[in-house]
Amino acid sequence: MPSRNPVICGIGLSDYPVVPHLNSVQHHALAARRAIADCGIAKSAIDGYVSTSGGGPGAGDDAVSMAEYLGVNHRYIDGTMVGGSSFEFHVQHAAAAIRQGLCDTVLITYGSDQLTRMGRVLGTGGFQRDAQPVAGAMQMATPYGLPLVGAYALAARRHMHEFGITSEQLAEIAVGVREFAGLNPDARYRDPITVDDVVNSRTIADPLHKLDCCVITDGGGALVMTTEEIARDLRQPPAYVLGAAGTQTHWNIHQMPDFTEMGAAVCGPEAMGQAGIAPADIDTAQLYDSFTITVLLMLEGLGFCGRGEGGAYVEEGHLRRGGSMPTNTDGGGLSSNHPGMRGIFLLIEAVRQLRGDAGEAQVPDAEVALACGSGGWLSAIGTVILGKDRPS
Amino acid sequence: MRVVRDLQWQGPVPAGEGEYGEFFAAAAEGRLLIQQCPECGHRQHYPRALCTACAAVPEWMEAAGTGNVYTYTVVRQYGVPAFAELPYVLAMIDLPEGVRMFGGLTGVDPETVEIGMPVSAYARTYDDTHAMVFWEPA
Repeated sequence: MPSRNPVICGIGLSDYPVVPHLNSVQHHALAARRAIADCGIAKSAIDGYVSTSGGGPGAGDDAVSMAEYLGVNHRYIDGTMVGGSSFEFHVQHAAAAIRQGLCDTVLITYGSDQLTRMGRVLGTGGFQRDAQPVAGAMQMATPYGLPLVGAYALAARRHMHEFGITSEQLAEIAVGVREFAGLNPDARYRDPITVDDVVNSRTIADPLHKLDCCVITDGGGALVMTTEEIARDLRQPPAYVLGAAGTQTHWNIHQMPDFTEMGAAVCGPEAMGQAGIAPADIDTAQLYDSFTITVLLMLEGLGFCGRGEGGAYVEEGHLRRGGSMPTNTDGGGLSSNHPGMRGIFLLIEAVRQLRGDAGEAQVPDAEVALACGSGGWLSAIGTVILGKDRPS
Repeated sequence: MRVVRDLQWQGPVPAGEGEYGEFFAAAAEGRLLIQQCPECGHRQHYPRALCTACAAVPEWMEAAGTGNVYTYTVVRQYGVPAFAELPYVLAMIDLPEGVRMFGGLTGVDPETVEIGMPVSAYARTYDDTHAMVFWEPA
């Protein structure tokens, strides 16, 4: 019987970081074109489509609109929207659909013209109007003037209190990611930075500094997923989906059950269990670095180090080039690109590493890669384990 | 709970739909409400139409209006004109009743805020009949 093992066979990036001539729909389309060309599959073979809007209300890049625009008459569609980690959830869903035979080949796309359309107001809060009524659970926080950065700062402060992590340790994460960005000619910021640079950059919301925060850019990405059987005839070696799991502990930051533990502690072990691996078996990690604290909580949740030990772990240099767990080898959201929902770039970079196509940032002999996305406010966490070799 | 009449509020306001409206209306009368489930005893905040533990219909209960800082941040940059007066403190407060509440922490030097510090609730109106809950050092 032909193998229905789900694989990622095609990857494509749109242009980034500053792309004033493309709107969100065009980012989806450019990334899709490149992912299809990457693997050489016939476009007509695509019978599943998975996406979520990167352009926001009015952009016309919701899943059904994009399926029509791209000309995908799908047998399987999913528009799951859980924030930045949506694409880790998409891979989980598409893998299950492919395995079950609901469809054979799934196109996943993302596109966002956030920087061009909104400038950097997502970070500064300038998208909000005064005296505007806020509905739903956000009305318990937004009226007090809670910036996006402030939400993550609440978690960082609590972690410092409970476990003694320092600003310098958080800064080490940004410094390591910037080192990788220096190897990526497209990265938003490439000049090396030091721990001092980070802790001396202005404080946005205590204890997070400007350089603890991700960049804001335009960009897009796409994946083609199919069966192992179909992938045999395609241009690129497949990346096997060895494990994929997601969980949501809350949505609004004020409902986070424990500000020092994220859902990675649930879906990380679950995904690794599916793959039959332990954290030590992972060769490179692509972790959602919206803020330095996001990475730190993820490292602890995934079990790369013990709870409360994330500060010491990053200080030992594991995340660096040449370290035991090279992390965000494309320069991450902290330095390369972050068009609003970064999860798809984690997967694309993981595949590049497994193919050995990561250039100077290549992790030698990378066989197993992990992508972990965080959506909302440390809320919806999705972990995907990809492997170079077919699962035994 | 002390109520400060402030009809000059310039910032975004709670929409106050459904159960939220009852919470903000009670605050304007000096009562800090949380929810308790008559079936399983679970307490929750923000207010909802069902108990998140057992799905029964929760009832209102009045909280004492005291608590301790669970975590906080000092906001030093924000682009919304209503919050131009920087810095200001935002905090998560652990209530002795067993729920956690987010709010502004005022009347304190931001540099002296500490996790665990005792605080008291007060209400600040944003229209004639509704108020948001803030906190200040106890």
